Amino acid sequence: MAAIDQTQVKEGVDQETVDAVREVGGKYKYGWETEIEMEYAPKGLTEDIVRLISDKNDEPEWMTEWRLEAYKRWLTKEEPEWAMLDYPEVDFQDQYYYARPKSMEEKPKSLDEVDPKLLATYEKLGIPLKEQMILAGVEGAENAPAEGRKVAVDAVFDSVSVGTTFQKELKEAGVIFCSISEAIREHPELVKKYLGSVVPVSDNFYATLNSAVFSDGSFVYVPPGVRCPMELSTYFRINAENTGQFERTLIIADKGSYVSYLEGCTAPQRDTSQLHAAVVEIIIEEDAEVKYSTVQNWYPGDEDGKGGIYNFVTKRADCRGDRSKVMWTQVETGSAVTWKYPSCILRGDDSQGEFYSIAITNHHQQADTGTKMIHLGKNTKSRIVSKGISAGVAQNTYRGQVSMHPKAKNSRNYTQCDSLLIGDKCGAHTVPYIEVKNNSSRVEHEATTSKVDDEQMFYCRQRGMDEEEAVALIVNGFAKEVLQALPMEFAMEAQQLVAISLEGSVG
Amino acid sequence: MAVPAQKLEATAARLDGMSLPVGGKWATEAREAALARVREMGLPARRDEYWKYTRPDTLTQADAPAAATFETGEAPLFDSFDRLKVVFVDGVFDPEQSDDLSGENLTIERFADVAAKDIHWAKELYGVLETNGQNPVERPLAALNTAFATDGIVIHATGKVSRPVNLIYRHKSETSDAILHHVIKLDEGAELTVMENGPAAARFNKSMEVDVADTAAFHHVRAQGRDHERRAVTHIFGRLGTESTFKSFTLTVNGRLTRNEAVLELTGDDAVAHVAGACLGDGDFHHDDTVFVTHDAVNCESRQVFKKVLRNGATGVFQGKILVQPGAQKTDGYQISQSLLLDEDSQFLAKPELEIYADDVACSHGSTSGAIDEDALFYLRARGVPKNIATDLLVLSFVAEAVDEIEDEALREEIITRLEGWLERHR
Repeated sequence: MAAIDQTQVKEGVDQETVDAVREVGGKYKYGWETEIEMEYAPKGLTEDIVRLISDKNDEPEWMTEWRLEAYKRWLTKEEPEWAMLDYPEVDFQDQYYYARPKSMEEKPKSLDEVDPKLLATYEKLGIPLKEQMILAGVEGAENAPAEGRKVAVDAVFDSVSVGTTFQKELKEAGVIFCSISEAIREHPELVKKYLGSVVPVSDNFYATLNSAVFSDGSFVYVPPGVRCPMELSTYFRINAENTGQFERTLIIADKGSYVSYLEGCTAPQRDTSQLHAAVVEIIIEEDAEVKYSTVQNWYPGDEDGKGGIYNFVTKRADCRGDRSKVMWTQVETGSAVTWKYPSCILRGDDSQGEFYSIAITNHHQQADTGTKMIHLGKNTKSRIVSKGISAGVAQNTYRGQVSMHPKAKNSRNYTQCDSLLIGDKCGAHTVPYIEVKNNSSRVEHEATTSKVDDEQMFYCRQRGMDEEEAVALIVNGFAKEVLQALPMEFAMEAQQLVAISLEGSVG
Repeated sequence: MAVPAQKLEATAARLDGMSLPVGGKWATEAREAALARVREMGLPARRDEYWKYTRPDTLTQADAPAAATFETGEAPLFDSFDRLKVVFVDGVFDPEQSDDLSGENLTIERFADVAAKDIHWAKELYGVLETNGQNPVERPLAALNTAFATDGIVIHATGKVSRPVNLIYRHKSETSDAILHHVIKLDEGAELTVMENGPAAARFNKSMEVDVADTAAFHHVRAQGRDHERRAVTHIFGRLGTESTFKSFTLTVNGRLTRNEAVLELTGDDAVAHVAGACLGDGDFHHDDTVFVTHDAVNCESRQVFKKVLRNGATGVFQGKILVQPGAQKTDGYQISQSLLLDEDSQFLAKPELEIYADDVACSHGSTSGAIDEDALFYLRARGVPKNIATDLLVLSFVAEAVDEIEDEALREEIITRLEGWLERHR
């Protein structure tokens, strides 16, 4: 963290914020490696490798064909170059596309049969795979009512899911929560219907690659009218060297249902960069609601920018039904390179999309992240709140699109993106695209801390605060609002971030 | 990124048969270099990111699409001002209609004459600011202009110029395809106001390179004529020295296609750059403001204020960028783009960007789009103001922030009168 320590911080930037960023971006705590015997597919990507992955997962013929089709498409696609990211070319043939612990060859029937080394790995990460009531390390959680604190976890280790907890209890509620490979075998009708329906096979270079080689990930189906009885969570761990992780997550919230889903990820500290290209698809039917929260903490590389994860992620939610709602919350602190735009397609009338993001980059990290809000239905609403913080020689870009289609009458969007630079060697950038094709919709985009809500300002001023104090209070409250949108389970990481103030920030 | 072969082929085909104008040594060199730039970059194509919201094809095709001329019946703009008139008809200088090319603290020459000489100071600027402006975003149509322009005006202001220069562009031929290139140099402490008005031609490609030396001040007010079918692509390249001022305002009403680019570089400390625009579009109207401001010095201020009023299927585009280079501390950058959509068919497409590499800066941008405020309309109507007049009032107040960027009160009034006239005709 030398970069921040030596940095002359601009006047007006809160010391607490600098400390918080230092804390978050400090020594990477998850950089250790699990020594475990692994089984790899041969290096490189060919049709045979795609078949092999499909075969290892015991997939039916239609799935193999789907993958092969994607592989053929991928060969014709070019890597996108429009993002403000600068990294050495990725050699896609110098990667392992499949790696699994040897002990996972025979799928364990229950968690008791899982290799203790794997269980210990997750234990060390603070993700217990035993069906405990609470997650370790969450302050105050022991006082919480036991019922409310249950979290079902699907743990993915390199290319395979090692286990999913609370499956039985979830089944009683009608909720399906399992690894995607299991879902392909057990629930082919659902997978066939929804897989690729939000992120088509040929959507973009990385999504197409993922469609061909995805190894594991989570599958969630919440039936009509069901409020999922506990938080669902997937924890992704990359362990093997030179191995890409390509997870695929599919979440379906049927009519009137509700689910909150958490995602966490870490990787060991290595000198070489590693590839991670995920696809997340969410389908939300009438009156349903999905909350998707991520704390992305992949290994960011060392202080000189050596190593780290290249994180190319396609996440999209399709609000198909009327009055459906999705909320993306992300805290991005890891990865050497982040390329990620969780998006909302607001197709149903009165549907809502929200995107809250805090992206922190330090040292040589680069992040190009944001969201897309595609308004198609009437009276749709969206809100984007993005906070980017750059330190060291990092580059942090917000890139977003808000599109109001001609038929999206009476729709609303509010976007706010603030950036904070700590030190004069880093960069902060904003690239919004705003497309308004009807006049009954309102779109507002602003990127300044001084332009806080007039009424709130008035309220504070009236109570005797000076302008600066009032702005600081409101903006701080705002950052907290983003963080409070995170579920309890991320409280530990989030607590450190709450100290972040965006006072002295730039647009 | 490598330029697609297809694009280069299309460009080569387009340039085939076009020959560079004959001129003196310096101009020939500048033109050849510009042509090489065009060949290297390729002309803009539909899929270019920088042309995401505007189709460039009618600007790049071989022949200009025909455009009927339009008699407005109005008194010519700026008629009551004491000014030095420089008239171009379909892109060709007309000495008959123009005033004597001379003035206090001013050398003013026709570009055609300057280009014929073997040596001229314009060499320091012609195509030079344009070349600087090609990075980081390419502007091939500006390079095309540098290569093929045969006319324009070359101005050198050595002190305070009290009489503004008015460039008047008349459109006579329905198929005219005009290219004009102006070079303007302001010495230290100089002050100059340039007004531009008129539709110019069926298709118009205009470039203006302005070098504002330390403590100099350049003011620019332009109205792009009322012809409905004309098409135009214009570039202003400005370089600002220490404590200099650059202020530009553009009014656009009518016109099938307009792309106005402003590329400003603040190279001296404490410089001030303002670019503003108001556009009113009704029907088959596509207007694109593309602005790129680079802060490369300390304590500079830049403002971008763009307002668009659109109806009956009109389209407004804004692409703005503030780039703050490392070390450009104490920068104050402001950017606002707003549209008022008067009906369901019109659209507003914006990409307001910030790219910041210095930490002690205050940069902000805002962009909004929406319909007329029903509450405000109700308020006025409740006080007996008829609906159409109330709407006009609200439109005027909406564009006021942009018009207020014009410093000279008389010029501001002149522009407001034209705005009111347009609104009255389009009730």
